[in-house]
Parts: sequence; C-alpha cells; structure tokens
Amino acid sequence: MAIDTTQRSHPVALGRDRFKSLVEGWFRFHTAAIYVFLFLPIVVVVVFSFNGTNRYLTDWNGLSLKWYARALSDTQVQRDLWNSVSIGIVNAILATAFGTMAALGLQRVPKRLRGFYDALTYVSIIIPEIVIALATLILFSGFQNTANGFFASIADGGKPFKVGLGQWSIILAHVLFNLSLVLLLVRARLSGMDRTLVDASYDLFATPWRTFRQITFPQLLPAIVAGFLLSFTFSFDDYVISSFVAGVGSQTLPLYIFGQTKQGVTPETNAVAAVMLVVTLTILTIGQYLLGRQSRRTGGAGATTPIAMVAEQA
Amino acid sequence: MTSDARAPGRVRSGLVTGLLMAPATFWYLVLLVLPLAIVVIYSFGVRAPDGGYQAAFTFDNYGTLLKRPGPFTSSLLIAVSGTILCVLLAFPLAYFIATRATKRKGLLLILLVIPFWTSFLIRTISLVIILGSDGIGGFLSNLTGQNVQILGTMWAVLIGIVYNYLPLMIFPVYVTLERLDRTLLEASKDLGAGRWATFRQVTLPIVWPGLITGSILVFIPLMGEYVVPAILGNGKIFLIGNVLQLDFLSSRDWPAGSAKAVTLIFVMLVTVSFYLWATNRGRRGREVSLL
Repeated sequence: MAIDTTQRSHPVALGRDRFKSLVEGWFRFHTAAIYVFLFLPIVVVVVFSFNGTNRYLTDWNGLSLKWYARALSDTQVQRDLWNSVSIGIVNAILATAFGTMAALGLQRVPKRLRGFYDALTYVSIIIPEIVIALATLILFSGFQNTANGFFASIADGGKPFKVGLGQWSIILAHVLFNLSLVLLLVRARLSGMDRTLVDASYDLFATPWRTFRQITFPQLLPAIVAGFLLSFTFSFDDYVISSFVAGVGSQTLPLYIFGQTKQGVTPETNAVAAVMLVVTLTILTIGQYLLGRQSRRTGGAGATTPIAMVAEQA
Repeated sequence: MTSDARAPGRVRSGLVTGLLMAPATFWYLVLLVLPLAIVVIYSFGVRAPDGGYQAAFTFDNYGTLLKRPGPFTSSLLIAVSGTILCVLLAFPLAYFIATRATKRKGLLLILLVIPFWTSFLIRTISLVIILGSDGIGGFLSNLTGQNVQILGTMWAVLIGIVYNYLPLMIFPVYVTLERLDRTLLEASKDLGAGRWATFRQVTLPIVWPGLITGSILVFIPLMGEYVVPAILGNGKIFLIGNVLQLDFLSSRDWPAGSAKAVTLIFVMLVTVSFYLWATNRGRRGREVSLL
C-alpha cells in the first residue's frame, strides 16, 4: 500500500518524518548486521578451506587447493560421501513418493481422520530431533534384538543371519521428517490448484488416472521436485538423527566432520565442509527457482520455505 | 447409474485412498507413535547390567531427575533467553523486509533461506573460529588486555543458538507483518494516536500471532538442543540434550534417558499450552494455535 507523502507539510508531520527516517535507518543497519552475522560463518568455512597452511587452520599461508586434493583422495571421506549421497537419494525418493501420495490421499479421507493426520504431521516436524533420534534408536535396537534372536533360533547350528543398524536405519528415520515436509509442500500446491481443469477433464470423460497424469501431476511437479531436493538436503546435512541410529560402516559426512572437531579442525575438514556447502547450495538454488516459478505462475506470494509454510498455516 | 453400479466404484475408491495413505500411516504409527510409547514405558524400567533396558516398574528415574534438575534449568534458561533475543532481533528485520518492494523482498527472503538450509553443523563449527582466540575472543582480549574467553560459556551457546534459530522467528513474524494493512496505521495517526499508541494498539495485535508462532518454533528445538552446546560449550555447558546423548550413547542407561526425554516432552507441552492459553485468554479475534 503506497503512502501518500505529498501532503505532509505541516511541522508535526515533519517531526514524524524525521523520526521515521531515523527508525528506517536503524532498521536498515540492523538488517544488514544480521545478514552479515548469518553469512559470516559460511564465508569463513569456504575461505579457510583454501588456506595453504600446513597445519593450523587459522594460520593463513596463501591460497591453495591442496586440502581439497587431500580430502578427495582420503578413502574415509570418499566412503562417507558415498554413504551420505546414497542415503540422501533413497530417503528423498521414498519421502517424495510417500509424501505426495499422502497429500493426495488426505483429500479423500473424512475430516476427522484428516485432523488426526494433520496432528501427526506437525508433531513429526516440530518435535526436537533428539527425541525422535533416541526413540527410533530404542525401536531399532528392539527390532534388532528380536530379529537376531529369531535368526539364531532358526539357524540350527549354522552361522545365523544378523541384522544391525546401518544405512537402512538412518533412511527410515529421515523419511519420517521428510515425508511430512513433502506432504505440506504438495498440499499447499494442491490447495492453490485450479479445480476447473480437473472438472473439465472429467467432463471430457477422462479416467481418474488419466486426469491425474495429464492435469494434476504436471501442476504438482514443481512442489514435488522441490520436496525431493529439500529432503535430500535435510538428509545430507543431518547430524543429530544419524549420530544416534548410524551403524558400523554407515558413517555419513556430518558424522565425520563432527568427529574431526573433537581432534581439532584442520583445513581438510573445512574443504569437506565447503564441498558439502556447494552441494547443498546448488540443490537449494534449483529448488528455490522451481518454487519461485511456481508461485509466480499462481500469482500468489507463496511461502518460500516449508517452515514459512508451517508458519503461514499456523 | 444404479446403486449396484456405484458400490464397486466406492469400494475401489476406498482402496485407492487406503493405498495412498498406507506408507504415511506406517511411518507415523511405527516410527513416531510406537517409539514414543516405548520411551514412556522404558522410563519406568531399570538399566540392564550391560546397558540398555530391563523391565521393571519404578519411579526412581524420575526421582533422580528431580534431585538433579541442573541441565533442565540450564535448558529452560537458554531456551527462554534465546527466544526473547530472537524476538528482539527478528522484529526490526522482518519489518524492514515487509516494507520493501516486491522484488527486493524476494531476494532478502531467499538470502535468509540459504543459511537456514545449509548444514547446521558446519555453520556452528565455523563459529568456533569466529568466536575463538583468533576471532572475536582474541580481539576482545587484545582490546581489554584481559583473557576474554567466549567459547565454553553460556554466551557462546546463546550466540550459536540465536544464529541457528533466528530464521524460524523471522518467517512467521514477516508473514503477519506482510498482511498488515498500512491504511490502519494511517487511520490511527489521523485519529490522533501517537507512535507508541499506534504500535501498541494496531501493529502489535496484528503481529502477535506471528510472534507467538515464532516463539514456539524457536523454543521447542532450543529445549532439545545438543549440537550447539557440544561444539561451542567446550564440554562445560550441559543442557538436557547433552545429558540425553550421554545417557543413550555413552553410559547406555536407557531408562534414565527415557525419563528425561518424557520430562522434556512434558515440560514442552506444559510451556507451549500455557503460552497459547495465556495469549488466547480474553482475545476474541484470530486464535493462536500451532495446528
């Protein structure tokens, strides 16, 4: 809403204007300071990953790529990177498929039942990660004990089959949060969708499946892709849940990085961190672009993040 | 169409709905409700000799907790002060963004989203350099001539927490401010209200739901935080999250840990309900709720 400034000529209004510009100036400074505060750590990680020093992280010794070379030839880093990527992709595929299915299914369930699912969706998003982490750890080790007991009983003298925590446990735990995330994204898109196209499709005797394939799905696609990318990012960056339910040999990059902090951060850690940042930022940029295009097409302001979306619905 | 023809269609439609909801139902019931129920049951058990859980029915885990509430009070203190700090920092920023032109607004919001979605862990580790002896800590030491240590103090944890959770406060406040109809402010001014009166009687009631939502979104993860104190606290700051981590992964005293987790959930439920009750009391307008 534009405010007409031409009619402010009497002295009181002048005083108001000076006050306004003072407040405006202060807010501007405040905002700039916070943006610096938010980005400084990211910049610091990247800058120090190029440090040519031989040992101490903050001992600046010219630009060099040697820590990247060292990090990328480190077999442990390679393995952890592979773990992180594969866990992230499987998690994202499952969460996107199941979240989208649930968003579509929720349109068809009775209102009361929908309330029940809504409650669970929000609980899974806002409950502290550590509570989810420890609860799933308890569940998985209970399952592990039961299953191994069962396998031992049927092994009949031979070497029993054994299950342990591993990539599967991290994936199962990550999908819980990400499924809810995708559900919210897709549902927001569904509610902003033009129903008349669907009605028209039915009027032209298209089957429900065909209507979904040709009308609904293309309209949902940006939200689905964004959900996929955000799910991957979450899983790729997650430390808390992974640290509880990771098994032997399923260490991910965040676990590696946290482990390094105990021994003192080296520029190699920073190089690994910078690689992670680049991966995340690339994916985010694509996701943001898709969501931005989606909201421009629908004409609405559109929530820029799932969190903003949660906030908007609150 | 006869009712006979419709009946199989309805059955099939029900089947489709069931199939669509099946995976989500599995995850919610088996990986959310069931584990939380087990945590409640475990909290009444005792530690098995080699760690883990042994069935029992005792309130001892809760008793010990009441005797040593240290980490809980630290967590509450950090969570409350962190939330207040976030409110104070988020409001001017959200207001600034909300009053920009549309294009600039989008850019500023995206710039907020980027750090929020990049690794929490990496950004927190980076704060070690920034606050440490080669960064602000060292700078302050040189300035004052004394040995100023920021790392390992509650201040470091507070900075780390505000740094990580501020966007959660900014988004909801921004959303409500965006809806604020500027003509109301003009009207208030025209009716002779001062700045403070306008803020208190027009702006604040409109922004209030956003502030409450933001506070809850920030408060809940703050209560369970353990990465920030683990990294910036130098092992000197123990919040409830750190104690939970020790109980589960180091000493493997699962019943004691479960009792703490149940208490944590309970404290959060009570605080959040009280918060919502206190804000909704006597309000007739839009009710504030999380769901």
